[in-house]
Amino acid sequence: MSNTTTNYIGKPASRVDGRAKVTGEAKYAAEFPAPGLTYGVVVSSAVAKGTITKIDTAAALSLPGVLQVFTHQNRPGLAWFDKKYQDEDAPPGTPFRPLYDEKILFSQQPIALVVADNFEVARYAASLVEITYETEPHITSIKNRLHEAYTPKEYKSAEPSPRGDAEKGLAQAEITHEAEYSHPSEHHNPMEMHASTVVLAEDGTLTVYDKTQGVQNSQNYITQVFGLAKEQVQVISPFVGGAFGSGLRPQYQLFLAVMAALELKRSVRVVLTRQQMFSFGHRPATIQHLVLGSTSQGALTAVVHEGFAETSRFEDYTENLVNWSAMLYKCDNVQLAHKLIQMDAYTPLDMRAPGGVTGLYALECAMDELAYKLDKDPLELRLTNYTNIDLSKDNPFSSKELKACYQQGAEKFGWAKRNPQPRSMREGKTLIGYGLATGAWEVNQQKSSAKAVLSPDGQLKVTSATADIGTGTYTIMTQIAAETLGLPLANVTFKLGDTALPQAPLQGGSWTAASVGSAVKAACEGIQEKLLAHIRNLKEGPLAGVQKLEEVLFADGKIILKSNPAQHMLLPEVMRLAGENFIEATVTTKPELRQKKYSMFSHSAVFVEVLVDEDFGTIRVTRVVSAIAGGRIINPKTARSQILGGIVWGMGMALEEESVMDQPYGRFINHDLAEYHVPVNADIHDLEVIFVEEDDDIVNPLGVKGLGEIGIVGTAAAIANAVYHATGKRVRDLPITLDKLM
Amino acid sequence: MNSFTYFRAHEVAAALTEKATAPQAKFIAGGTNLTDLMKVNVEQPHHLIDIRRLPLNKIEETEENGLRLGALVTNADTAYHPLVESRYPLLAKAILAGASAQLRNMATNGGNPLQRTRCYYFYDTATACNKREPGSGCSALNGYNRIHAILGTSEHCIAVHPSDMAVALTALDAKVNVTGPQGERVIPFPEFHRLPGDTPNIDTNLSPDEIITAIDLPTKGFAENNAYLKLRDRTSYAFALVSVAAALELEGNIIKEARIALGGVAHKPWRKPEAEAQLVGKEANPENFAQVAETLLAGAQGFGHNNFKIELAKRAIVRALLQAAKMEEIS
Ligand SMILES: Cc1cc2nc3c(=O)[nH]c(=O)nc-3n(C[C@H](O)[C@H](O)[C@H](O)COP(=O)(O)OP(=O)(O)OC[C@H]3O[C@@H](n4cnc5c(N)ncnc54)[C@H](O)[C@@H]3O)c2cc1C
Ligand code: SF4
Repeated sequence: MSNTTTNYIGKPASRVDGRAKVTGEAKYAAEFPAPGLTYGVVVSSAVAKGTITKIDTAAALSLPGVLQVFTHQNRPGLAWFDKKYQDEDAPPGTPFRPLYDEKILFSQQPIALVVADNFEVARYAASLVEITYETEPHITSIKNRLHEAYTPKEYKSAEPSPRGDAEKGLAQAEITHEAEYSHPSEHHNPMEMHASTVVLAEDGTLTVYDKTQGVQNSQNYITQVFGLAKEQVQVISPFVGGAFGSGLRPQYQLFLAVMAALELKRSVRVVLTRQQMFSFGHRPATIQHLVLGSTSQGALTAVVHEGFAETSRFEDYTENLVNWSAMLYKCDNVQLAHKLIQMDAYTPLDMRAPGGVTGLYALECAMDELAYKLDKDPLELRLTNYTNIDLSKDNPFSSKELKACYQQGAEKFGWAKRNPQPRSMREGKTLIGYGLATGAWEVNQQKSSAKAVLSPDGQLKVTSATADIGTGTYTIMTQIAAETLGLPLANVTFKLGDTALPQAPLQGGSWTAASVGSAVKAACEGIQEKLLAHIRNLKEGPLAGVQKLEEVLFADGKIILKSNPAQHMLLPEVMRLAGENFIEATVTTKPELRQKKYSMFSHSAVFVEVLVDEDFGTIRVTRVVSAIAGGRIINPKTARSQILGGIVWGMGMALEEESVMDQPYGRFINHDLAEYHVPVNADIHDLEVIFVEEDDDIVNPLGVKGLGEIGIVGTAAAIANAVYHATGKRVRDLPITLDKLM
Repeated sequence: MNSFTYFRAHEVAAALTEKATAPQAKFIAGGTNLTDLMKVNVEQPHHLIDIRRLPLNKIEETEENGLRLGALVTNADTAYHPLVESRYPLLAKAILAGASAQLRNMATNGGNPLQRTRCYYFYDTATACNKREPGSGCSALNGYNRIHAILGTSEHCIAVHPSDMAVALTALDAKVNVTGPQGERVIPFPEFHRLPGDTPNIDTNLSPDEIITAIDLPTKGFAENNAYLKLRDRTSYAFALVSVAAALELEGNIIKEARIALGGVAHKPWRKPEAEAQLVGKEANPENFAQVAETLLAGAQGFGHNNFKIELAKRAIVRALLQAAKMEEIS
């Protein structure tokens, strides 16, 4: 199919929604209008733990335009059981219920919602609500509390599974390395604040515009909590201004907006402030204890990886933090633990590459330290311990081109020029360092549905209730559909983010391309089948006699006879002859059973150059080469953007990002984007992305692995390793700010 | 944010009259700091007097061969003004080291020195802060004080003044022209900001009913030998952890005059005449610069998270002076 004009998969395509986004035509949750819309503003708790003894709403209520102040004292009675509040991404425990009672469980907990008929009045009224608390001592740190850590009853992903005998492995080791690595809590901070606009129709049904990574998750949550039928609630989310995991769980503005709409019988919008974006899920702070043992040649004899992570008092949040240490390298003796420590803060939440980005940071820094002890090139050490089998499951990898990543990345970067000695490369007062790290991320396919409808004008409409959180879903689904049916991109529209559309999983885990992409492909193949059925009935014309799909090609807007490409028909022609006005197919795809026999991962090798000012400890990341083995690349342009975004975020994690918990207040204190630092343009220099060839027919019919997360994994460790190489100083607590290097 | 009324003044006199009738009103210029503070309820004016259209929007030469910067000229227009670039490059560098291009396009020369501290607690009404609410306490003292002051602090407040522009203006001995109900007066820049003492709620010696009309730059601009060095947590769009405005007048390798002002270390841009005097007649070299750094930092005290600033400031002073003396590349 390589010479056709409708061959889109693997070719760069600009975002099909790009124009709508830059012109402002694309609407986000807080931008949908509604007649008689009212505005809710959230009042947040000033304390981290305790009880509300008094809540005085009189002044707020007396302002003209204020409709109601909802608090735990006047909220409606709602669902009783925890289960009803458990959304698709809820960890085990008792989900937080907004305005439930007088108890304060975390700082900035929503404790009142002021609703007024305009936003300014609501905001002013919110500042007039007076709350009296009886505080209780809170704990908001995991430091020095490792002895309190416990093993959760249930892990979200695979339980840490040890193998062999790590103690024995360590006893055999000729070289060992042991150290503790840590990083603080971090917040997602998408550009768009969480928002819900709930539009109440005259018949009482709700149309909810929500910022979410899964409209069906929001819909289920609302129907369960408020006892509504699915027919009564439609959730719509066509565009999301970044989410990174923050939209995986329905956030409290959704609950509050729906509650207010039902109670007041009005349409309601609630938008959180930037400060309130620090009031819910976040990447949990961890402390990780690593011990590596190896032979004098660098073959690993033991890996011990124990992770301690924060969670809330009410839910046990876990992520795949330590299992990487069992799958990435060849080693017979692996000991793992992943324990939790409770804090008086909100439950953590998946944030881009949850667990991978933090667990592998620790492992990959430890590997680097081991390499220095062995006097071995860190790249060599990785190759020495390379494995083609996932020893944690004894499964072969469905594909693993990590070696190619190392080779191509090292060559492009010029790794060979590295002087192995730390603090040996410099230009004047500028120390130069090279570092590398490996990344890995799970590949998953989820059950997904899609519907394709072909109209007589040759236009194809494909739909699925998935999301596009900025990743390029609209674009790649359009490409997949267009190529499958051989139609020009311009003839295809893809619609998403609506509960009226076929079921799709939450957009997370980098599985959308694989899952929804497979469904879209299958739905379009369903259309092919239906067209074929009509072609089979043709007694004359260019395609008469065709019996099987293999005999034809869908390309260039036509159905072409393979044996004689001069013979072809347009798709609408077939429909017209068959007397069909529309042809449609709805298909649900699931992972194939044979996947179970394989381990499926994407991999990366990240090479970094840093320049460090010897006197000040200021760090510039001047070059990054990230070589990715991510299966088939559907759109190199959007794919590259995903990886670039991941690299930049990895730089933030390594050098800048920290949600600073003020201990006396138990409150994240740098809660705005002036003080919560993420990289700015001036921080970014030369970034290079390499996609190595990787064929994989196991992962899914498209051979794609997903790229949303692999780009960030490995980056922070590579930078930390480069900083050590530059300075000879090992900082094991992120972010590496200048004070830690002085 | 509370509701407020709004008045746009076209003449200085009109603005002052309006202020006299509504003493709690606030002047608003670029609004880049005031509106942020209003959104988080730190400032709650019931009335705003917009001074953006006052005829104070020119940069002109003064009779003494200096430069007068109108209070309402934007930071961007000031930094890129040919006379500022050629005669006061230190000021241009300091302005451009601050905020972002978008902010500098809005921010004004009068508003910039009046921007308030970035202390986290000052911005968060759920916490105690003597600057925001006198007598409530200082949360930074025993809280997270990594960005806080090491010089001139008091037990009531350890905040730093965040402006970059003000650091250069202090080094250059600029003068602030103000007009108020009592008429006009001039405040030398080094005396414009205050130390916190027991009234940290008062940042400057400008009276609330006075308007800044212009900032005057004296003849001497140290255009030949100057440097603005800003150390921060990211390359741009971050406030200084430590910054140094350094200006030298050299004869050969001998220092005839030196100016050094520090940002990010105190409640006001930090200058010490005796330190500068110490360099006069000396050779420009790292040893002499290191000595002056010691003098400047004498008495510095950290509060835990910010202890590193003491050593950082010393190293920054040396580097900035080396850069000013062109003995060191600017990276
Ligand atoms: C995210 C962010 C990052 C920033 N980073 C930096 C930085 O790195 N370095 C830096 O120096 N600055 C930085 N700034 C601050 C910025 O420089 C100031 O906000 C700006 O200079 C203020 O000027 P303005 O005209 O907007 O003041 P406004 O906000 O309009 O006013 C500030 C105050 O001054 C008063 N006022 C203004 N003009 C006059 C006048 N003529 N007479 C009397 N009173 C007056 C107002 O009443 C108000 O109290 C940053 C700001 C933000 C938001
Ligand atoms: S340092 Fe000053 S501004 Fe900060 S909390 Fe203390 S009193 Fe307030």
